[in-house]
Order: sequence, then C-alpha cells, then structure tokens
Amino acid sequence: MYSEKVIDHFSNPRNVGKIENPDGYGKVGNAACGDVMEIFLKIEEDKIKDVKFRTFGCAAAIATSSMSTEMILNKPVEEALKLTNKAVAEALDGLPAKKMHCSVLAEEGIQSAIEDYMSKKDKS
Amino acid sequence: MLPYFVDNYGNPSSIHRVGQKVRKKIEDSRDIISNLLKINPNELIFTSCGTESNNIAIKGVARAYKNRGKHIITSVIEHPSVLNTCKALEKEGFEVSYIPIDDKGIVNLEKLKEAIREDTILISIMHGNNEIGTVQPIKEIGAIAKENKIFFHVDAVQTIGKMELNIKENNISLLSFSGHKFYGPKGIGGLYVKNGIKLEKVLTGGHQERNRRPGTENVASIVGMTKALELSYENMEEESKREKELRNYFEEEIVKKIPELILNGDREKRLPGTSSVTIKFVEGESILLNLDFKGIAVSSGSACTSGSLEPSHVVLALGVPMEHAHGTIRFSLGRYNTKEEVDYVLEVLPPIVEKIRSMSPFWNN
Repeated sequence: MYSEKVIDHFSNPRNVGKIENPDGYGKVGNAACGDVMEIFLKIEEDKIKDVKFRTFGCAAAIATSSMSTEMILNKPVEEALKLTNKAVAEALDGLPAKKMHCSVLAEEGIQSAIEDYMSKKDKS
Repeated sequence: MLPYFVDNYGNPSSIHRVGQKVRKKIEDSRDIISNLLKINPNELIFTSCGTESNNIAIKGVARAYKNRGKHIITSVIEHPSVLNTCKALEKEGFEVSYIPIDDKGIVNLEKLKEAIREDTILISIMHGNNEIGTVQPIKEIGAIAKENKIFFHVDAVQTIGKMELNIKENNISLLSFSGHKFYGPKGIGGLYVKNGIKLEKVLTGGHQERNRRPGTENVASIVGMTKALELSYENMEEESKREKELRNYFEEEIVKKIPELILNGDREKRLPGTSSVTIKFVEGESILLNLDFKGIAVSSGSACTSGSLEPSHVVLALGVPMEHAHGTIRFSLGRYNTKEEVDYVLEVLPPIVEKIRSMSPFWNN
C-alpha cells in the first residue's frame, strides 16, 4: 500500500524533535481527527537553517512530516512557503488516495510556522 | 476439500450421478453442522460469508414481515454488515433503534426493553463483538424477544466454533456464522433460520437452499467448513481455556510494560482470544505497521486505516475519548499462537510505543 520511500521516512523519520526558542512555530491538525503536526524553525537571514517536527498520526502523516522538513531545510522561507502537499507526496513516490489528506498536514504545518516567523519579524 | 475441486466436480443441482454424489456430500455436511449446532438440517442455509448471512437474515425477515411492523432493534456496536444493512432498510421506510452499550461493552438491556414497540419485528444483536470481544447476554435478550413475540437474529460470526451457544434454548430465530472464523476456508458461511420463519429473498435466482438462497453451492468450501467446525468442537473447551490464559497473561504483562494503556471491554464476558487495547498518545496504524515489520499481524481500529476520520465506532461507544480511540489495537490469539509468541510481542511492543510516542506532540516525558 505504501511506497518504499514512505516506509523509509516512517521507519527512520528525519528531523524529529523540538527546537528551543524557535523563530517560527506552527501546530496544525486535531487529535480528535487523528493527525497533529508541530513544526519548529530556526531561521537566519530568511533562510531555514534548522527544522524539527513532532507528529501524532499514521505512517503517511509521519512520512510526509519527515519528507517536507527535508525539502525545506536550507531553503529561503519564500521558497519553503511554496511547498505543496502534492510535491511532498510526489517526493515520497506517491501516497494512497485516501492518505492524501495527511500530506496536507505537512503543507499547512510549514506554512503556519513560516507565518508565525513572519508575523514576529513584522513586529520587531 | 481437494476432491471437490477436481474429481467430484459435478453440480449438486444436476440429477446425473456425478452431480448427485456431490449433492449427497452437501447434505452430509448440513447434517454434521446441524448436529453440532443442535438444530434441524432443514434450518441451515449455506451462504458465502457472515456478511451475506446477516443481509439475508435482516433484510429477509424485515421485508417478509413488513405488514406486521416496520421497527427493528440492534446495537451501536454491531458489525458493519448489520449496521449498514439496517441503514439500507431505513431508506426503505423501516425504523431502527440502535441500543447503546455500557462502559464494559455490554448492550444495555433496560434500553433494549424500552425500545420495544408494538411494531417491532426483529432484534439483531451480535454474540461476540469483533473488535473488543465482549459477549452479549443472548439468553436474556432471547427471553425478551420471546416474551414480546419478536424475531431474534444473532450474528455469531465471532463465536461459533469458539464458544457454546444453544440456539434453541436461547430463543434464537436466526443465526449467522462464517467459516474462516473457525479455521475453515474464507468465503463460506451459514445461516440458521428457525423452521416456520418466512424470508424474502435477497438474491433472486434458482431453487437452491430450499428456495431461500439461490446460487450454486460452494461445495469444496462447504466440505472444508464442515471439517473445520468438527475439529473446533472436538477441543473447544480446552482450546478456549488455553487462549484465555494466554490472553490474560498478555494483558497482565502489557499494562506493566506500557504506561497510559487501557484494556477495553468487560474482563470476563468476552471471547477467549481477543484483547483490545487503547494506547494513549499514539495512532494505531503506526503501531500496526511497526509490529508488522517485526512479523506480528494485528488489527487497528484507527481512522486512517479505514480511510475515514472517525476511529472505531465500537471503541467510541465504550466512552473512550476520540483523541485516545485512535490508538486502539486488537490482538487476536488463536489456535496456533504460543506463549513464546506472546512473550515476543511483550518484548517488541514497548520500544515501538516509546518510539512513536517520542515523536508525538502530546507526549512530553
């Protein structure tokens, strides 16, 4: 049902954890629905220098969290903002149709964390 | 089974000798199963599975007796083949009452009694629940049904071959079972229909199964299911005791090894080999896949596995909060499971849970 890449990222997720005092933080999803993603960003000169995530969810939710963090690491925030759930799913060699909603979590999580960073930046 | 795929290939509905030889084998099988279930052979219909049996029983009775009444009673924890059949009948104008369960997973008999109306024609309650294993008070429900002159259907898919259930003494009108639940072939089932009960056909076709279930009989599977049921009855008590002890050992140990874990369902009134656990702060599918990597096959009532956002309707009916219900896993122990295998699960599961929890935003330890 899952591609080898999904299984790989699910079994050995990259960038799991927390960043203390992150420059950007986002939390999306709902425990009642079975998926919650938390994302932490360390940003220097509008570039993502570090990213960590914590996810409660199924294999697809964990794999998309892991893959999306890899895809935005060392990227300018403007570029990271453009990351779509479709691109994450493609990078994982696809997801089963009924699991596509899990990849939306990754897209929304990253957007939410970057928006947090931008709103803080605007205030300073 | 093999000779009925190859040498004895005749169609049991044909009158030639090769066909009649096969007919004889089907009727012998019917006799054997009827004898084990303590029913009359003409009260047994062969079907393709438990789902078909449930459909024939519920739709068959409802439609045949719709002039008598249009009300059906069932429970909230039934198998989808019962719940969705009832929902389909609602579209035909039937009214269905879904009885709740208590926090142990047992159907509330007071609510069931209160739900009875003058136009109630059928009560359909399962014997053993497929997710949490709880066993329902069939005897009491049978008495209530009899007193109120209501037909009583029992989905006994989980229990036939594993637990004794006297159909006649419990006032059961119809009872469904499925071959693979007692190590028979998959894709074969049976339905007991008490003599005198009318059934409107769900499938239309020929005259097979005394004109109640048309279609060519699945001969090889009938033969296989019959042998499997005979074997199950030979050592049912002993096997049941063994599975129960293994299951209890598993549960006693797992609660010690994994914090924040709930054992679901009544401790006593349940199937011997079923254990449903809710592991808080994890999602069931992640556990299921990690166990699968270690060669352990379990079932998860999690939302993502089924493709909907709702976790198991049975676990929710127990009162487990939605956010925890996602972490429910069902372990099924059967005839071939050993203590060594249970020990292996006890060894590999705790680190898996720890790993998944360490990734969870809800787990801060």
